[in-house]
Amino acid sequence: MEDEANRVTINSVLKLVFNFMKIPSLKPSHTLSDLALGESGILEDFDMPQTTAEHLMNLGFVPGLEILVARSGPGGNPRVYRVDGTEVALRRDLSRCIAVRPLRNAEAEMR
Amino acid sequence: MSLPVSIPRTVLSPKPTDGSPVYKSVAVVGPPNAGKTTLFNRLTGLRQKVGNFPGVTVEHHTGSFRLDSGEEVSLIDLPGVYSLNPKSEDEKVTIDVLNGEMPGAERPDAIILVLDSNNLNRHLVLAGRVIALGLPTLVLLNMADELHKQGGQVDVLPLARQLGTPVALVSAVTGEGLHAVANFLVATPQIPEPLELPIFGDPRHCREWAVRMGSQASYRRGATPEWTRRLDSIFLHRLWGGLIFVVVIVAVFQTIFSLGQPASDILQKLLDGFAVHLSNWLPAGLINSLVVNGVWKGAGSVLVFLPQILLLFLVIGILEDSGYLARAAVISDKVMAKVGLNGKSFIPLLSAYGCAVPAIMATRTIENKRDRIATILIAPFMTCSARLPVYTMVIAAFIPDRPVLGPVVGTRAVAMLSLYVLGFAMAVATAKALKSSVLRSRDVAFVMELPPYRWPRWKSLGLRLMDRANAFIFRAGTVILAVSIVLWGLTYLPMHNGQPPQIADSAISKIGHFIEPAILPLGFNWRIGVGLLSSFAAREVIIATMGTLHGVDPVSHAMALQDALKSDLSPAGAIALLVFFAFAMQCMSTMAVVQRETNSWKWPILQFLYMTTVAYVAAFVAYRVTLLYWN
Repeated sequence: MEDEANRVTINSVLKLVFNFMKIPSLKPSHTLSDLALGESGILEDFDMPQTTAEHLMNLGFVPGLEILVARSGPGGNPRVYRVDGTEVALRRDLSRCIAVRPLRNAEAEMR
Repeated sequence: MSLPVSIPRTVLSPKPTDGSPVYKSVAVVGPPNAGKTTLFNRLTGLRQKVGNFPGVTVEHHTGSFRLDSGEEVSLIDLPGVYSLNPKSEDEKVTIDVLNGEMPGAERPDAIILVLDSNNLNRHLVLAGRVIALGLPTLVLLNMADELHKQGGQVDVLPLARQLGTPVALVSAVTGEGLHAVANFLVATPQIPEPLELPIFGDPRHCREWAVRMGSQASYRRGATPEWTRRLDSIFLHRLWGGLIFVVVIVAVFQTIFSLGQPASDILQKLLDGFAVHLSNWLPAGLINSLVVNGVWKGAGSVLVFLPQILLLFLVIGILEDSGYLARAAVISDKVMAKVGLNGKSFIPLLSAYGCAVPAIMATRTIENKRDRIATILIAPFMTCSARLPVYTMVIAAFIPDRPVLGPVVGTRAVAMLSLYVLGFAMAVATAKALKSSVLRSRDVAFVMELPPYRWPRWKSLGLRLMDRANAFIFRAGTVILAVSIVLWGLTYLPMHNGQPPQIADSAISKIGHFIEPAILPLGFNWRIGVGLLSSFAAREVIIATMGTLHGVDPVSHAMALQDALKSDLSPAGAIALLVFFAFAMQCMSTMAVVQRETNSWKWPILQFLYMTTVAYVAAFVAYRVTLLYWN
């Protein structure tokens, strides 16, 4: 409990410093928003308030799990994602804050 | 990340099984969409009531479960939670009740935890947290019928050994396995301490623990039903999805308008007819007037809402239980996002065009508290059906009918349409202002779980309708009745020789005279003031009041009343009156229902002050501007 709290603090301090120095190193190279309809990826990290991240994790967005862009709403926003056996709709602004490692098609098919 | 947990041994020791309950009060806990409410309804049936804890908007149900011995155990249905972190109000209520820290609620003796057996990998995480509270717990893996149908399976015994609690695979819909509840309540089985429970820890560890628990119980999740995906490929189709949405919405409101409004009208006629009999039967005098014009009219103004409330909730209930409501929210989200709200506000706001009262009750489907309050606050700006008779009368009296666009669209139609646009524009402006300031969502506005499509169950729909009707009649209804009686007192007192006063001598007209200086800048005289005061009972009441003030029957002599109105209002005053009605919250039923839904007087009072101020300022501007161009 305690060291978890510390880790969060260090993380957020680092993030502040990096942001202040305008170092883009913490910017994930791929976000959920970059995946096209039908593509999938492995969830990696959340760049959002703790409450929101926890809510997403309760809905099955756990780092390490595979996520698939299942459907697209009108105008491509919101989109529906399939993860851990459930489908959840997210807006683009939120999906841009979720880092993923895209799976190549062959890799995705094997899973 | 797992910590050892000690569970008091006493609660795990066997109890004598003479059929009497071991526990007196039991809390039903579980994540949203796990069938918790269905289970609660199944266990308690009609022996339940709804309540609010002091100071929170979250509602809870209490009920009693009858054992074979005839003895009853009280059950409390707590808000659905995913975790036990006190982040949301729902979670805080659940935690406080479970810890015995909620004023007005005793700490439960035991917990029935309801999980969806189709989602154990996620839901078992909650089991770890709940069992760690140390209360005797029964874990029900619900929706067994769906699990089996879709080829899934789970062994409850290894799971029970791991968790240290009894575990049963049940279906709240079919009743399968539910004898486990009675067994649990009369005798706690001897179960060794749990092997390991995660209490705190990062979600990845918790989930790994849940998956490990599941695999030791040979858990295999069923496949997502194929027809859910097939239906979604139609309902969420880029083109067809939107079209079907429009068709569904039109069908919903066609149903409500074509059935609800006539039903309300018939009910009103019956109530009025009975009032005549009541009045003839009672001896003339104060009591007669109080009973007929105060109590009966007040009760009637509560009851006439029922057909529309029941219809709207029936339709929304079908949409919600079938799973379509979540899809509709996805489709309408893009439009609602433009005013800072989300797709879940769409249907409540649309139904506010019929009546704000059921619309505000329908905001319950919005989980985000801030979005819900914002939706409640803007709903009464939508042009409800009670404004229509007022608009029709004033427009007919003051606006000459001239063609604007061809022979069909005339000045009167344009005036009517402008009033609709005016209300809508103010709702949008208010929503934007609220969502960018006091009600800005700290949380993310739109995360929407899409449950599989299911057939709605009549029983659970019926129970919910009864629940809503009860909540409206007994909670909001009492306020409406009280205000009706006060308005009666102002209109019919003081009596002279057993006769009510001429309305010009009544208390309400004294108040009308008193407020005249305040409304004179809007172009209103004291008669209009009395009309405005009386319209607080319901907007259209102003027509009857103006009729009484002028001694004209508004139904049989509509033209005469329109002429009489011209002695009260200049054309500019009439425009101001229309604008005032478009914005003002002249509806005690709406206020009562806002109070009931937010469980506080703060919101309805703020809303009333805000809407009245907007109405006053806008009417003043409208009056002045119209004076410049049209006199």
